Amino acid sequence: MKRRTFLKGTVASGMLGVAASAGLLAPRMVLAAWPESAFAAKSIDDGLNALYSSASTTESGDIKIKAPDIAENGAVVPVTVSTGMAAESIAILIEKNPAPLACSYALGGSTEGFVSTRVKMGKTSDLIAVVKSGGKLHSAKKTVKVTIGGCGG
Amino acid sequence: MAKKNIRIRAKMKGDVAEVKALMSHPMETGLRKNKKTGKKIEAHFIKEVVCEHKGNKVIVASWGVAVSKNPYLSFKFKGAAKGDAIKVSWEDNKGESATADANIG
Repeated sequence: MKRRTFLKGTVASGMLGVAASAGLLAPRMVLAAWPESAFAAKSIDDGLNALYSSASTTESGDIKIKAPDIAENGAVVPVTVSTGMAAESIAILIEKNPAPLACSYALGGSTEGFVSTRVKMGKTSDLIAVVKSGGKLHSAKKTVKVTIGGCGG
Repeated sequence: MAKKNIRIRAKMKGDVAEVKALMSHPMETGLRKNKKTGKKIEAHFIKEVVCEHKGNKVIVASWGVAVSKNPYLSFKFKGAAKGDAIKVSWEDNKGESATADANIG
């Protein structure tokens, strides 16, 4: 019996080895796993900590946020974030939303520091863009006034 | 169920490829209530969008419920040529997914 279990064990670990070498267990791109705790976080610091394991950002003039000053409809607020830095990741947070983190983007090596999307805003709030570049977090913000909220029915 | 539809427009601008994608999805937050029954409408949203060019991931988007209904995403990347194929796919919190291909024009 002992010999059996021993054999089973070696077969199983052998299979694991094959799977690993075939690239099946290779780590995926950074952030590829959906960061559930970051999206559940109720504050910007918690969200950033969960996403980047750091909440210390430095304000940067090299991040541009293009968004309306006044959004008539909070359900659809167009936001464009662009930066001249070599960005690894860009995140968009909305301070007064129930969960501030709206979206984050992991960028490939040849991808420009640019993303454009549309987000919902519950009420007038600061819109914060965080760019990760060279292992550091940079941020910029812009206030968007919302006349009709986007989270109610 | 919503139509699984992704519309992609990709264009070369100088040496940079600009991609715009529009997806059909309700992006339900889970916070809204059905006015007639007073019951909460279940959250239903896209969690991850991946765009690939020649097998390389150009961008991986992680989305929460705060992304608008019928989401729009635009980004730019280098190293592409006219006629190259790109692939955009998404997966939502209910395990549904969709994929679409397009050529850079």
